[in-house]
Amino acid sequence: MNTRATHSSSLQSAERRSFVRGVGVLTGVIALGSPLAALLPGRAWAVELRVLSSAEAAALLAMIRTIAPHDTLDDAAYALVVNAVDGDAAGSMQARTDLKAGMVSLGDGFVLMPEDKRVEHLRFIESGTFFQSVRMKTLLVLYNNPIAWAHFGFQGESFSKGGYLLRGFNDLKWLPEVPLADSGPMPAS
Amino acid sequence: MPRFELNDSDLVVVVGSGAGGGTMANELTRRGLKVVLFEAGKRQSLATFSQNPGEAFAQLTWLEPRSQSGTWDPVKTSPTLPAWHCRTVGGTTVHWTAATPRLQSYEVRARTVYGDIPGASLADWPIEYAELKRWYQVAEKRLGVTRRNGNPGMPASNNFKVMYAGARRLGYKRVHTNYLAINSRARDGRGLCIQQGFCVQGCKTGAKWSTLYTEIPRAEASGKLDLRSECLVTRIEHDSAGRATGVVYRDAAGVEQRQRARIVCIAGNAIETARLLLLSESGRFKHGLANGSDQVGRNYCHHVLGFVFGIFDQPVSFWRGAVLAGVVEDENIHDPRRGFAGGYHLELAMLDLPTLPLIGLPYGWGRDFASVIDNYRNMAGMLINGEDLPRADNRITLSTTLKDTYGLPVAHIHCDPHANDLAMRAHAAGRGQKIYEAAGAKRTLVSTIPPATHQMGTARMSNDPGQGVTNGYGRTHEVPNVFISDGSVQTTAGAANPTLTIVALALRQAEHIGREVAAQRL
Repeated sequence: MNTRATHSSSLQSAERRSFVRGVGVLTGVIALGSPLAALLPGRAWAVELRVLSSAEAAALLAMIRTIAPHDTLDDAAYALVVNAVDGDAAGSMQARTDLKAGMVSLGDGFVLMPEDKRVEHLRFIESGTFFQSVRMKTLLVLYNNPIAWAHFGFQGESFSKGGYLLRGFNDLKWLPEVPLADSGPMPAS
Repeated sequence: MPRFELNDSDLVVVVGSGAGGGTMANELTRRGLKVVLFEAGKRQSLATFSQNPGEAFAQLTWLEPRSQSGTWDPVKTSPTLPAWHCRTVGGTTVHWTAATPRLQSYEVRARTVYGDIPGASLADWPIEYAELKRWYQVAEKRLGVTRRNGNPGMPASNNFKVMYAGARRLGYKRVHTNYLAINSRARDGRGLCIQQGFCVQGCKTGAKWSTLYTEIPRAEASGKLDLRSECLVTRIEHDSAGRATGVVYRDAAGVEQRQRARIVCIAGNAIETARLLLLSESGRFKHGLANGSDQVGRNYCHHVLGFVFGIFDQPVSFWRGAVLAGVVEDENIHDPRRGFAGGYHLELAMLDLPTLPLIGLPYGWGRDFASVIDNYRNMAGMLINGEDLPRADNRITLSTTLKDTYGLPVAHIHCDPHANDLAMRAHAAGRGQKIYEAAGAKRTLVSTIPPATHQMGTARMSNDPGQGVTNGYGRTHEVPNVFISDGSVQTTAGAANPTLTIVALALRQAEHIGREVAAQRL
């Protein structure tokens, strides 16, 4: 849990400067008419990477999509996880070495495999630190951004809109209402 | 706000500003005593509470690491965060979900009622239930608990409608929108709940009771409170007669300071309270302050916990509304025919989307895992909160591997669930799943054991100085001017969320201290 708060803390370290910047890049285009367009500066997006090559980034994205396969969730959300993994690896030589070794363990052609083969491959490396660290990073990042919130329907904070009191906290109609004795009156009712 | 002198020995030091410490500060200053209230964290306010779950977590949580061992799930699933509580002014009352059930009379006589259970260190409380009940009534008035004293219950949320329908179909009788320390009507200078669903991130309207904006400002208004936030107490010192003389602490700049005191009340949340006593070892108290009984840190309880979710064909939108506004009370009984001692509550619960996969779901990945989150709109949720049995070896010790910012050992938590805990959890999970099936769920899920949010038992009360750290007033047997003012004193856990009990015992302890001081016995 606490890694959620600290996973990007080492990005400012001087050590990072010794790494080559812009090794790879990950790009995508949001579908026409997608509500996500409103959340991003433009329909086309690009993530500049510090450690991963473009091919490695594509393989990592395929791995994350296999860990958390939401078919209609845009690649832009998954790219945030790739960016976070890449950013961590840029923070220390050890993390960089571990990530590069992990990518090698995925093997050539991972990105082209059908899903059942990718799953089979990941089961094989599931107990290792590489898989578990990518899985944890996926849990931390994939569901904590506006793209995912819009996709899964989570409406987030409501204070700025006056709470959910008059905005649907009790709008469920497919079950009976609760008797007043076991609940309480709506304020101002 | 006054600043008392470091060598002023005519004051009370209170360590920790949560349910116990914040209440003590108000109650003692109200009685004319000078109080220095120490809090390790920063002071936030309604205006500064972040509404991003990740940011709020970082803003409020005790993030110093802990080491851990044992067979309970968090060793694997949450290795750096076995317990989730706060480090901020107001303590864990800033992020709590405000459920305020009472302990039942059988629960404070657990040893007598349950018998001698092998592998458990059960004991009866040294307080009569009638006495505890009297203080519950005082605490409920203070906190404005719903469904008590004429305060209306909370209106039913979508999530509660699902729990209610299923539970009633199964024949449960005591199902309602819970006892909550949340204003269902404006009262006590604070507004009513507008169902934000962000209780855990800090209540932006202040409808939820927290010492941050109730007890502490009242204590400040008395002119008798010196609140020192961002100050970590690291040691309690004593004189040659074995009486506490004050505390050593690190100020906001990290500089070591000493504050003298007449009385010291410790309310650091049961893990840190035990750690502070252990850190205060000395030539006289070789195994930690007030630890002649060897009970400091032992009998650590954290409740039998787990989430149960139901997935339905239609939307629930369970993130809308007060988090814990619902309960099934019928299983909060002692009925050994169920296969275990003690009982549990099933309480309404929900998790925001970012938090759900981190603490709410069983381990998994791939299509099966993703299909749960795909159904986020259609999920209903509840939390099992049951009595776990105290065990001598479930305990807080000083870590031999990890140190804090100041080089002091952090708390190590060892926990092996008792077979009774596991049997209860299985029963409760089964009943929770049945509730959702009765309401029409197409799928149900049970989480792993999440990080502990209730910490109890690490300085238990007992009339026998060989069996407990404190007497029935939370006064340590060995150091007459040191009191424990948080959940550490609970002799057993019971099934009640602990805050109401902590406040009730603090109110009672403050009256005791006032009486002793007036009689010049303290």
